[in-house]
Amino acid sequence: MNIYLPIAEMSVDVFLILGLGGAIGFLSGLFGVGGGFLMTPLLIFIGIPPAVAVASEANQIVAASVSGALAHMRRGNVDFKMGLILTVGGFVGSGVGVLIFTLLRQLGQVELLIALSYVVFLGAIGSLMLFESGRTILRRQAGTTTRGKLHQHTWLHGLPFKMRFRRSRLYISALVPIGIGFVVGILAAIMGVGGGFIMVPAMIYLLGMPTAMVVGTSLFQIIFVTANVTFLQATTNQTVDIVLAFLLLASAVIGAQFGTKVGGLLRGEQLRGLLALMVLAVCAKIAYDLVSTPVDLFSISEISGFGG
Amino acid sequence: MRNFRHIAIIFFLAVGVSATPSYAQTPSDRSPLVADLSEDLIAITTGFTGTEVLLFGATDGAGDVIVVVRAPESQVVVRRKGRVAGVWINADSLTFDMVPGFYHVAASRPLADLLPATVLQDEQIGAVNLSVAPVTSAPQAEVTAFAAALIRNKQRVGLFNPELGEIRFLGDRLFRTQVQFPSSVPTGEYTATIYLVANGAIIDRTDTTLQVRKSGFEANVFEFANQNPSIYGLLAILIALAAGWFAGIVFRNV
Repeated sequence: MNIYLPIAEMSVDVFLILGLGGAIGFLSGLFGVGGGFLMTPLLIFIGIPPAVAVASEANQIVAASVSGALAHMRRGNVDFKMGLILTVGGFVGSGVGVLIFTLLRQLGQVELLIALSYVVFLGAIGSLMLFESGRTILRRQAGTTTRGKLHQHTWLHGLPFKMRFRRSRLYISALVPIGIGFVVGILAAIMGVGGGFIMVPAMIYLLGMPTAMVVGTSLFQIIFVTANVTFLQATTNQTVDIVLAFLLLASAVIGAQFGTKVGGLLRGEQLRGLLALMVLAVCAKIAYDLVSTPVDLFSISEISGFGG
Repeated sequence: MRNFRHIAIIFFLAVGVSATPSYAQTPSDRSPLVADLSEDLIAITTGFTGTEVLLFGATDGAGDVIVVVRAPESQVVVRRKGRVAGVWINADSLTFDMVPGFYHVAASRPLADLLPATVLQDEQIGAVNLSVAPVTSAPQAEVTAFAAALIRNKQRVGLFNPELGEIRFLGDRLFRTQVQFPSSVPTGEYTATIYLVANGAIIDRTDTTLQVRKSGFEANVFEFANQNPSIYGLLAILIALAAGWFAGIVFRNV
């Protein structure tokens, strides 16, 4: 059964989209990630114009992060103050990201920008996670545990505008979370992701937040940042496909429930190791497409169309 | 309803052709060429996966037929990738004006057998004869390469037909041809020009139009997104918030 997407201006198989949404939803539930970094490249791969894929995926992530954040809120795992400070940076960052996106779309370089962002960030995060989880697994087998310092002081702690975050038991400069929110906001807008895969390690390693608070707080601020991206993409590029976003979010929500159940059966470092391998596989595929010789060196796009 | 109209036209044409001898003394009274489309509107609805339209007509007996169907023109950017530090990126580009969004040509014999090259060029019959021109000046060799790439890319997605469409004659007067429209067909008012050709010259021509429009839900969403982008964006966010909240409630105890 086919459905015509009004903004992408193409006909797609409904079951293909629902299947993709369900599968990525399953993985996102399994690994506790948004799944945008897998969904956006797959949408582009099946022929959705990149500009539409990025914008509609941002819309879908709003829904995914609301249901995720609700679950964490019930367990009291959201630091609202930290979330709002991150959101301040995220709003500005995503605005800048949409501007960069629009500019490069006009120059015909937006696909390159998306691909390069994916290769750099997926490559870096994937390698780090693989290294970290591998070390944990080896250490567990060796049976030794070393305990690091409770938290370390770096130059980041010398910045002004210090604020107290009670839930996270932190007293740090507001500039650090604002800066992190800003950078992740730019990436969210450009890559069509929530940015959790960058936000979570940044919160753990740069802010020193307690791990329990990290995922819920990250999801909480992703709601606002992706909502902002959705709004800005809709107003500047008219590339949010409501039909596509709705099909994806409906199936992803259901897939995520199954993923969460299966995820409970696996150990944390095993999950992180698997996730790292998947991230690196996506990274390798995109990198390969960048360097392999294209079938046709030429491509076309309408001046005012949605070619991206 | 549609079938009825279709049959009625065929019937009318058949009667018209069989009655030809009685009109033969006064050829100026009637056109030697009549043609019509099986539909004058292609509505892009939710289930649209592309469509096929029948073009049919009758001649007064002599000559071949060429059919050209085209969509309104727009500007198209053609980009060429180049290798920079091992990575393929869009390096050069050339913008062409007057590019039809859709172009289909069909003929009862190969075009080169029907009309001299200059006439084909003047009438823009055949994709290679389209008068697409770059908006900025560029060396001739470059223009040729980019224009060829433009046609090749349009053909790949089915917006230009890669091979000459077939026109079938039923007897020697009635003719018919199928025009394929892919799901990515652009909207607008299309024109179908039908030429009657004999001895290397155009004897007669007739035009008919075809509307391609988004219809119903698809049209509403598209118009909404383009005319009220702020409200559309807010609505998209609200739907996502509601869906996420709903899912959070439903699966609360799962």
